[in-house]
Amino acid sequence: MSARERILRRLRAAPQSLAPLPPDVCGFYAAERKRSAGDDRTQRIARFCGQMAGWHGEVIPVTRGSWAQTLRQLCIAKKVGSLLYGRNTPYAKVLEDAGIGGLTPYDRPVDVWKTDLFRDIDAGFTTTRGAIAETGTLIVWPDANEPRLLSLVPPIHFALLDADQLHGTLIEAMTAQGWGAAATPMPSNALLISGPSKTSDIQVTVAYGAHGPKELIVLLLVGEGEL
Amino acid sequence: MAVSELKFVPASEFKQRTGAAVADPHLRRSFRTAMDYLMAKRAAQFPDSAALERQRALAEHIRKYSLSRLPDLLEQLERQLTANGIQVHWAENGEQANAIIVGIAKAHAAKLMVKGKSMVSEETELNAAMEAAGIEALECDMGEYIVQLDGEKPSHIIMPAIHKTKQQIAKLFAEKVPGASYTESVDELIGIGRALLREKFMSAEIGLSGVNFAVAETGTLCLVENEGNGRMCTSVPDVHVAITGIEKVVEKLEHVPPLFGLLTRSATGQAITTYFNMISRRRQPGERDGPKEVHLVLLDNGRTQAYADEQLRTTLQCIRCGACMNHCPVYTRVGGHAYGTTYPGPIGEIFSPHSMGLATTHALPTASTLCGACAEVCPVKIPIPELLIRLRGDATHPASPGHAPLAGQGAAASLLMNVVWGAWATVYSRPALYRAVTWLATRLRALTPPIQSGWTRSRTPLKAARRTLHEELARRRGK
Ligand code: SF4
Repeated sequence: MSARERILRRLRAAPQSLAPLPPDVCGFYAAERKRSAGDDRTQRIARFCGQMAGWHGEVIPVTRGSWAQTLRQLCIAKKVGSLLYGRNTPYAKVLEDAGIGGLTPYDRPVDVWKTDLFRDIDAGFTTTRGAIAETGTLIVWPDANEPRLLSLVPPIHFALLDADQLHGTLIEAMTAQGWGAAATPMPSNALLISGPSKTSDIQVTVAYGAHGPKELIVLLLVGEGEL
Repeated sequence: MAVSELKFVPASEFKQRTGAAVADPHLRRSFRTAMDYLMAKRAAQFPDSAALERQRALAEHIRKYSLSRLPDLLEQLERQLTANGIQVHWAENGEQANAIIVGIAKAHAAKLMVKGKSMVSEETELNAAMEAAGIEALECDMGEYIVQLDGEKPSHIIMPAIHKTKQQIAKLFAEKVPGASYTESVDELIGIGRALLREKFMSAEIGLSGVNFAVAETGTLCLVENEGNGRMCTSVPDVHVAITGIEKVVEKLEHVPPLFGLLTRSATGQAITTYFNMISRRRQPGERDGPKEVHLVLLDNGRTQAYADEQLRTTLQCIRCGACMNHCPVYTRVGGHAYGTTYPGPIGEIFSPHSMGLATTHALPTASTLCGACAEVCPVKIPIPELLIRLRGDATHPASPGHAPLAGQGAAASLLMNVVWGAWATVYSRPALYRAVTWLATRLRALTPPIQSGWTRSRTPLKAARRTLHEELARRRGK
């Protein structure tokens, strides 16, 4: 008999006097939502910005017409000599036309340029699938266009977030985006990102830039009137 | 690092070590300061106690529901992971788990394994097994890296190096990290670790991680972290091996947010961690990074023993937040190393008897004042004090009828204790005898010895009153 069979046999042999009903998680959150005051778009944006600031992330409101130039100026100000990005995203064309120096596409398998990626790239740019206002959290699903290390290895992470995709809570985001449903199965890797990497492992003193990015800058796409 | 260098101490010598720990003012200050900080941070996250109670009730429900379906969920998880291209392995104990991981490493001719934080791999002592096989196992969580560098074990499940001051860490880095000069700046110390470990992420063939939640329905492994080392270990090397206890599985993705929200708030008082990393597949065709192979090792190591008993099964509800240790007056005074177990504090006291047997751990359930702080803060409502009392009984008595004996059942049974408690029970259940004995004790009070073993080391001697309570009450009524 294998370890698997022995473990399962022991588990199946255990008494089961109580069989709890499946928990109604969505019902729970619906009831919690009724207790709270509710929020509109403006409040959600304010909440997201406040929470993200708490994580040491920076949020810069931009518009569809201005974001690429804002990014270009940020790169100059932060002396970014090489900005890594993913091709074939809905925003790639605008980015490529923005005149950003050192723009580098992540278009090869990591295996052939791992050392360069770790040593020579100053910043990475990714799009996002949305965000969570309650906790100041970006939702990032890496894929073939925007690989996993794009938001991890470069010391600065620029993320573009559409304010229309701002959800109140994690459960609302999961439900609205249908995570794990047949039409939207879970990707190889899905991420929630709340601020730059950090650690409190030395005398509970927070230090940013533990292993991942030292800075996280969110370009928040809002309407002209919301700037 | 050789195995013999580990300062890991046998759990059986717990009582001796506590004496040394409470006599160490630096250690006590480190823990007191850190625990006060963590308690305050947690409290600030839960301003509304009614809301917290609703969340705890839901989290407990999810954990109880998941455990009630554990064998089915494990099979579902295995099916789904396999369909997603992730290989699943089962291990009954630490040696089996280590052998599986060493086997995977050897198949890839690996020389270096980078490790994200995994308490289960501490439980199996994986590092020693890897070293024995000639493969370097390097801890990459900053706290874990620090304790490994000093040949120690973590003293806290969330904050492994909490027992160390920054001066001690500064000295350690200056001595052991090539090229590092002495600095007490926390930012600089972290910078030194970052630079060194980034080189290792690049060259490692294998990355190891733990798992916080495994979702059966979607075949998703969830990892909670702040540093990004977990993401490095699971995304950069060609092979990712995850290891977890069999109890970590939940049925649906929607079961994760309530547990995750309570985990981070209870652990470090953060509304969320920097990263929540959900892994469902290895690198897919067209993808440019990510591991080409992903494995999951499911570890039993005593969990099925806890599962076999419905009261002890509640131990497995644990989501390893560490709040019970942060709030434990005993843990705060003796620190994590005194326990000599992978999991210190209240959770260790109720879990280690299953993973290690009562023969070496029977003293642990006694390391509690039963104040109940642990159960009050536990986000999944594990009745820790009740379990401690239960295990004290199991450590000193044979299994009650209808219950299978635990490993090491009755290991702490002592003839003297049985005689004393037997005599106590006899006296207390016979009124005439009770009156006679107490009468005699009050009349012979002058003979009470002034030195009474450990009691009088810091207290005045116990002495019977002049009259028994019965006599005193009769006298007062007479007045
Ligand atoms: S027993 Fe409860 S409080 Fe302790 S680590 Fe587990 S979940 Fe947290």
